[in-house]
Amino acid sequence: MTDPYVRIRDLGVTFTGGAKPVRAVGGVSLDIREGEAVALIGESGSGKSVTMRAIMRLNPEKRSRIEGSIHVGGHDVMKLGARRLARFRGAEVAMIFQEPLLALDPVYTLGAQITESIRRHEPVSRAEARARALQLFERVRIPSPERRLDSYPHEMSGGMRQRAMIALALACRPKLLLADEPTTALDATVQIQVLLLLRELQRDLGLSIIFVTHDIGAAVEVADRIAVMYAGRIVEEASARDLMRAPRHPYTIGLLKSRAHGAMVKGARLDTIPGAPPDLANLPAGCAFAPRCFLAADSCRRDDPPPLVALDGGRTARCLRVEHTHPDAIGTPAH
Amino acid sequence: MSPPDTSRADSARPLNGAGEALLTVRGLKKYFPIRGGILNRAVKRVHAVDDVDLEVMRGETLGVVGESGCGKSTTARLLMELIEPDEGELIFDGCKVGSRELPLKEYRRQVQMVFQDSYSSLNPRLTIEDSIAFGAQVHGTPKREALARTHDLLARVGLDPARFAGRYPHELSGGQRQRVNIARALALRPRVIILDEAVSALDKSVEAQVLNLLTDLKAEFGLTYVFISHDLNVVRFVSDRVLVMYLGKVVELGEAERVYTHPQHPYTAALLSSMPSMDPDHRTEEPPLAGDPPNPIDPPTGCRFHTRCPSIRPFCATREPPLADVERDHAVACHARVPASGYHDDAAAVPDPEKITA
Ligand SMILES: Nc1ncnc2c1ncn2[C@@H]1O[C@H](COP(=O)(O)OP(=O)(O)OP(=O)(O)O)[C@@H](O)[C@H]1O
Ligand SMILES: Nc1ncnc2c1ncn2[C@@H]1O[C@H](COP(=O)(O)OP(=O)(O)OP(=O)(O)O)[C@@H](O)[C@H]1O
Ligand SMILES: [Mg+2]
Ligand SMILES: [Mg+2]
Repeated sequence: MTDPYVRIRDLGVTFTGGAKPVRAVGGVSLDIREGEAVALIGESGSGKSVTMRAIMRLNPEKRSRIEGSIHVGGHDVMKLGARRLARFRGAEVAMIFQEPLLALDPVYTLGAQITESIRRHEPVSRAEARARALQLFERVRIPSPERRLDSYPHEMSGGMRQRAMIALALACRPKLLLADEPTTALDATVQIQVLLLLRELQRDLGLSIIFVTHDIGAAVEVADRIAVMYAGRIVEEASARDLMRAPRHPYTIGLLKSRAHGAMVKGARLDTIPGAPPDLANLPAGCAFAPRCFLAADSCRRDDPPPLVALDGGRTARCLRVEHTHPDAIGTPAH
Repeated sequence: MSPPDTSRADSARPLNGAGEALLTVRGLKKYFPIRGGILNRAVKRVHAVDDVDLEVMRGETLGVVGESGCGKSTTARLLMELIEPDEGELIFDGCKVGSRELPLKEYRRQVQMVFQDSYSSLNPRLTIEDSIAFGAQVHGTPKREALARTHDLLARVGLDPARFAGRYPHELSGGQRQRVNIARALALRPRVIILDEAVSALDKSVEAQVLNLLTDLKAEFGLTYVFISHDLNVVRFVSDRVLVMYLGKVVELGEAERVYTHPQHPYTAALLSSMPSMDPDHRTEEPPLAGDPPNPIDPPTGCRFHTRCPSIRPFCATREPPLADVERDHAVACHARVPASGYHDDAAAVPDPEKITA
């Protein structure tokens, strides 16, 4: 078997700026193959964005402590010097966000921003860079691309701006695209266009994608595999199909159940997970989800966090009681 | 507490006789000037909200959906009187807003809003406890009482006061900050709450908690909600009626289940069929609606949707369709839905909005 394109091992990120250190990411391991799209879903505040930023070394280095290792396409990310890091960002990995206006510079046209980004990385002429910018705009399906290269960000609609940001991210031909809630601010008609575009880029350019979202439907549209985070850890990982059919970690089960969907009875109560997420500055012993878990036993509340359990079909879950969530298990979760 | 009945504007009768209008909006218009040129004069205008009429019924939840940039947040800001309309008037509980019977300050206490952007809507220098208690104190509640209520509200939105009351906004995740905003809106005991993408930063399990909370509060205090969101599943679940906007105009308004199961406007149909499939084996292959929305600086003439509509008549480009009832409690702005419009005169195929799905 070939090495995965992205290999994250025991990543830990602790913020030390506040009164108490906050361990936002507490041991994340994740592999991504070349050309694979993985969605990261889970609790808000569970460390999804911090994990993505760690891959590009964007967390404040003075006010955080980073442990573990990250390898991307042969680069040991933690060890990159300033020069190589600058190249790595853009030419190997690029990131898009929920709010394109934060990533785009309001005072330059999009054409200027993309051309500039290409020329910062590669010794090409202005005309050549401009021609590539035009190709990118065509690639992400911006209408009248030639004219749009001369537009300023504020002159575009939300969906067009999001596609322009994707074009900018692709400017230096990265192999990994990190997308942090890229469609949350878009309506359904535009969202589906952007999701299909991401899938097309994955297929045509062999791009690997990590896609963070709260919208499980959006994750299903894009991802081959889904990883679920809770309190700074990945608690379950499976193919999109397996996860949707039969979630195994009790947190994932609760998360999928709490969705409002289709023709639910009006005024009915939604299923929720009782209790609140733990304080990251003060995590309980054992499994961080145990205080809210319908399956928890005494053993779940002791000692170390549960290990990763390998299940059939190459999926994994971090749960001591995972045999009780098997679809065939007697006594499947009584709610 | 409520204003005297003598000042009731009798034109505030509800549409279709269902329920009673608490908030009525007529002819609302907001064009944002775009400055440019050497003199920095307003050279063009964004038609953000263009002649919107609507009624929010007492005790209902009115869902608002539509294209990004179609004017939902601007409408919300106008309803809150945070920005001034170019035209149009608001009538709240029978009184004209800003009149002697209902001064702006009193109106603002009764109508609260949770903003789309949780970051910029909290003062970074106040602890969240002070942020929440502040409004009530301005309106005359003694500090002790305001703080006690604040702690109660924090607990109700699922943030343990012992852990969170003294924190500053930057010490919270996006989802936690949004719950602080909801608590703050509730602190003044308003009658109407406008929720602009209030739950979209939350994961599904926290979202479910907040939606249940909103349901409880509505029953407990008889609240009325205007619920703006891109999440069509959530809007369907919470709303009694749904309003669909496109480029500054209302294109469809009706009972929620009816709109979702029998959309009448082709844009509504395209929007609903753009929902992700949820089934990994049957992913969406083609976007139901291609292309981009037209520029709101220079919106299309006639029906604003005609540039993207799957089946138009020539006059759709010149004649603007009015918002007209097609059945009880269901209004739509589309020539194809009005028998007398001439749309069906030439014997061409009748569009079926339910067939837009690719
Ligand atoms: N610069 C920082 N200093 C201190 N704490 C931080 C910092 N950045 C993030 N955190 C904390 O780290 C945790 C993880 O944050 P992160 O932004 O990764 O969450 P997330 O999973 O992306 O959540 P959401 O879905 O709400 O965006 C949160 O509890 C957050 O409060
Ligand atoms: N202060 C402003 N100055 C100029 N234009 C503005 C201003 N505020 C909003 N607009 C424009 O008005 C239109 C409507 O914006 P609005 O924020 O109301 O849309 P929305 O429906 O809430 O969109 P979204 O779903 O993306 O939140 C957009 O074209 C927007 O760019
Ligand atoms: Mg995040
Ligand atoms: Mg908005």
